[in-house]
Amino acid sequence: MSAPDWLDIGWVDQIPVRGSRTVQVAGGDDIALFRTAEGKVFALLDRCPHKHGRLSQGIVHGGAVACPLHNWRISLSTGEALGEDKGCTPTVPVKIDGGRVLICRASTLKAAA
Amino acid sequence: MEHRPLKPETDTREHLVVIGNGMAGCRAVEELLARDPARYRITIFGAEPRVNYNRIMLSPVLAGEKCFDDIVINDAGWYADNGIALVAGDPVVAIDRAAKTVATRGGAVEAYDRLLIATGSDPFIIPVPGKDLPGVIAFRDMDDVSAMLAAADAGGDAVVIGGGLLGLEAAHGLSLRGMKVTVVHLMPTLMERQLDEAAGWLLKQALEARGQTILTGADTAGIVGDSKVEGVKLKDGTLIPASLVVMAVGIRPSVALARDAGLAVGRGIQVDDHMVTSDPEILAVGECVEHDGQVYGLVAPLWDMCRSLADGLVEQHTGYRGSVTSTKLKVSGIDVFSAGDFSGGDGCEDIVLRDASRGIYKRVIVRNDRIVGAVLYGDTADGSWYFDLLKKQEDVSGLRDLLIFGQAFAAGGGAADPKAAVAALSDDAEICGCNGVTKGQVVSCIAKGARSLDTVRGTCKASASCGSCTGLVETLLALTLGDDVQSGPKTMCKCTSFGHDDVRREIVAQAMHSIPEVMQKLHWTTPDGCSSCRPALNYYLLCALPGDYVDDQQSRFVNERMHANIQKDGTYSVVPRMWGGLTNPTELRAIADVVEKYNAPMVKVTGGQRLDIFGIRKEDLPAVWADLNAAGMVSGHAYGKSLRTVKTCVGSEWCRFGTQDSTGLGVRLERMSWGSWMPHKFKIAVSGCPRNCAEATIKDFGIVCVDSGYELHVGGNGGIHVRVTDLLCKVASEQEAMEYCAAFIQLYREEARYLERTAPWIERVGLAHIMARIVDDPADREALRARFLTSQSFSQDDPWAQRAEGAEAAHHAPMARFTPQEELA
Ligand SMILES: Cc1cc2nc3c(=O)[nH]c(=O)nc-3n(C[C@H](O)[C@H](O)[C@H](O)COP(=O)(O)OP(=O)(O)OC[C@H]3O[C@@H](n4cnc5c(N)ncnc54)[C@H](O)[C@@H]3O)c2cc1C
Ligand code: HEM
Ligand code: SF4
Ligand code: FES
Repeated sequence: MSAPDWLDIGWVDQIPVRGSRTVQVAGGDDIALFRTAEGKVFALLDRCPHKHGRLSQGIVHGGAVACPLHNWRISLSTGEALGEDKGCTPTVPVKIDGGRVLICRASTLKAAA
Repeated sequence: MEHRPLKPETDTREHLVVIGNGMAGCRAVEELLARDPARYRITIFGAEPRVNYNRIMLSPVLAGEKCFDDIVINDAGWYADNGIALVAGDPVVAIDRAAKTVATRGGAVEAYDRLLIATGSDPFIIPVPGKDLPGVIAFRDMDDVSAMLAAADAGGDAVVIGGGLLGLEAAHGLSLRGMKVTVVHLMPTLMERQLDEAAGWLLKQALEARGQTILTGADTAGIVGDSKVEGVKLKDGTLIPASLVVMAVGIRPSVALARDAGLAVGRGIQVDDHMVTSDPEILAVGECVEHDGQVYGLVAPLWDMCRSLADGLVEQHTGYRGSVTSTKLKVSGIDVFSAGDFSGGDGCEDIVLRDASRGIYKRVIVRNDRIVGAVLYGDTADGSWYFDLLKKQEDVSGLRDLLIFGQAFAAGGGAADPKAAVAALSDDAEICGCNGVTKGQVVSCIAKGARSLDTVRGTCKASASCGSCTGLVETLLALTLGDDVQSGPKTMCKCTSFGHDDVRREIVAQAMHSIPEVMQKLHWTTPDGCSSCRPALNYYLLCALPGDYVDDQQSRFVNERMHANIQKDGTYSVVPRMWGGLTNPTELRAIADVVEKYNAPMVKVTGGQRLDIFGIRKEDLPAVWADLNAAGMVSGHAYGKSLRTVKTCVGSEWCRFGTQDSTGLGVRLERMSWGSWMPHKFKIAVSGCPRNCAEATIKDFGIVCVDSGYELHVGGNGGIHVRVTDLLCKVASEQEAMEYCAAFIQLYREEARYLERTAPWIERVGLAHIMARIVDDPADREALRARFLTSQSFSQDDPWAQRAEGAEAAHHAPMARFTPQEELA
């Protein structure tokens, strides 16, 4: 039996607006799910490219999150650091179906590897 | 109602059968007739017992601005003239693809050569108890409108579930019809799919001003009533009485027929670029289809689809390539427009214009010199212009600086150069609408010596109120002075042209109540601020409106949201309060138990005389707090911009040098001031004699006890730049020491800028200013103290206890866990 391509994580409403929840991945980095003021949902590894701050704990504004440790701004859609800072956090494809949040299984496995 | 074609038996043309007598179905037929009126024999089946009408105009019908006849698109004559057989009021219930027939509920069977499915959407009904009670209706067709009008005639209360386009139009209509309307919306902002937070806030204000009750973030638990609707119950327990409930939470493509017939169905009926389904004889169009992964809920895409469909039906294939949509809310007097993608993100630049006095918010989102989205509130005149630029993907780099002012402005003289446009303005052109200042007045004020934005604001008042003309004033400065312009006051952040003090003053002066309101009234240039201004605004509002302001958790730094200190490995440290540095066996035992139970790798005695438990995992925080609460301990706020510790020495009770009860005073000070939010962290210490074992002279507020009373010291700081306190004054009694302390804290709370410690604050405003307010003016001191105590009456709720009891509990736990091994097994 082949495993599905997408992992069902839960309802969109479980993620606070302008906030974040995480998916724990055994043996790897957590995945942070973000929901912006406009209701868009993004997924990134929960690890800042700077010194591995937990991005899920940062302040979400516009399409970016400010890392809680040293305030780098990370783009939610590409994972790239914005402004003067350089670095990139891997993104995880995410989609919404019928109010459920689904993340890409293959990328999640990679996070655990 | 049934019109039969003249002689079907003798008509040998191919038979096109259309299921759905709605907007897309009939439009497709019109497009086909325009291309080749004679090619097909046509039969249309419609579930509704009436001719084709303009569904989007149901809102004006409900509002009493139109009647049904006004919104008919094709009357009975049109069907007759074109030889179309209309079977209205008898829905199709099955498609037999092998036999190429459709069957209706009434039992009729009709053969087809080509079949067109245009069944539109079904309203989504949330599966809550009571959803089937009489009085619960959707908003989709004329029957729904008739039901609402009947209910409105009886008067009473209505609840509209869903604050999107449909719900708000229903609410507007019902309230014009005299009902008392409450809108219940799950999301924090209205129309969140079309509007950003700023525009959603303006909309909410406008609707509330018209007497509607708007509940956002409200989740429906059920609909109550015995034999008919009596009210709506929310998950937080609120019960809203209602004799009518309108469900407008969304629509689902109507795909049941197609699915039962075995056609490929995803979210909608899947079609190719020519609107052909997985069966080449069957086409589909309108809201029921899914094209290239997209489904639509607006009419504009239908027109494009119908063109491609008709082209295909006459063998002149063109192909549909998807649509970009825009939305306008049809509520008279409220202008809202949105188009494209406004979620921001990489490479996106936001251009924002806010005009508080006219209630306007405009935001255009540009990426790679192309407009990708627009949100307009209050002035939507340029909506179609932006939408056109967006659809055509035109390069707007040449218009960039004037884009936000609209087509008239951008197309005017010197469009490429905003400086030239400002230079071209006549001397009597008004620059500042709030204070009625003309260009001539600003220029003469600059000529008389104003060399910075700040001095212009101070002298002729231009841009001193709402700030929306700041850019114009800056351009005038540059035009008049060239390089001699002095940079203005330091602004709060790049989202605003105002400094901290201006923002605070205006929050109080204009009695503002929320972050979106501040951003609108003070013309923020970003839609929802940044990580610098959001926490500052949250604090300023909290300070200005104790007990009234609803704290915005998402505008707080992680430590204040989690009520613990984040460490560099992502775990948290937990510091319970030990009043005045005192503890007892129960507390120590509870701490020891927590350390063992949650495997905390380290416990440390802090410089603030308490214990810090390190290495607690985020999901264990609520349990740790519950255990500490059980032993009587509360949060130490070691994480917050708030009172940290009150450090004490043992004082007169034990020490041979002690002059006063420094320990007792420290405990009382901490009991008075714990839990208050401040511009930055705040530390207090009390030493029992000038030997100063508690190091009171490097604290924000330090007391050194002497024989004759208490020396009060302020503005000390440890840290990188050590600053010794200034002596504020000496008082005789412990009571006075407490009063001065409360007054000082409140003055700091009200006047210091966010993230400014007491030391730089005092150096900025001067000790004399502080003495004048606290020492020299007893009335002022008492008023400050009273305001502090009022504020404290709302903030001395242990945040740990609230969360250990379950508040926000879910947010500490991961949303899901994923174990690859298990999954693969
Ligand atoms: C109150 C309201 C306001 C709106 N305002 C706007 C607006 O401002 N702007 C905008 O762009 N869009 C608006 N819309 C959306 C717009 O009306 C729809 O996008 C449009 O009507 C979709 O056309 P359609 O033909 O796909 O579906 P419909 O117009 O719904 O037509 C489908 C028809 O098929 C019939 N049908 C379904 N199943 C069967 C069956 N088995 N047998 C026979 N007949 C069947 C239905 O009864 C219906 O008459 C609004 C919608 C509503 C309800
Ligand atoms: C992110 C940065 C910082 C963190 C997480 C942090 C954390 C802490 C903690 C947990 C304590 C124990 C306090 C208590 O018992 O409540 C403490 C004490 C202290 N911190 Fe920091 N601190 C930080 C930055 C600073 C800075 C910038 C300064 C200097 C301005 C500073 C100066 C001090 C001093 C002087 C003490 C001892 C306090 C006392 O004796 O009362 N800290 N810090
Ligand atoms: S400050 Fe004075 S009273 Fe307090 S412990 Fe030190 S010597 Fe004793
Ligand atoms: S770890 Fe994220 S900014 Fe330093």
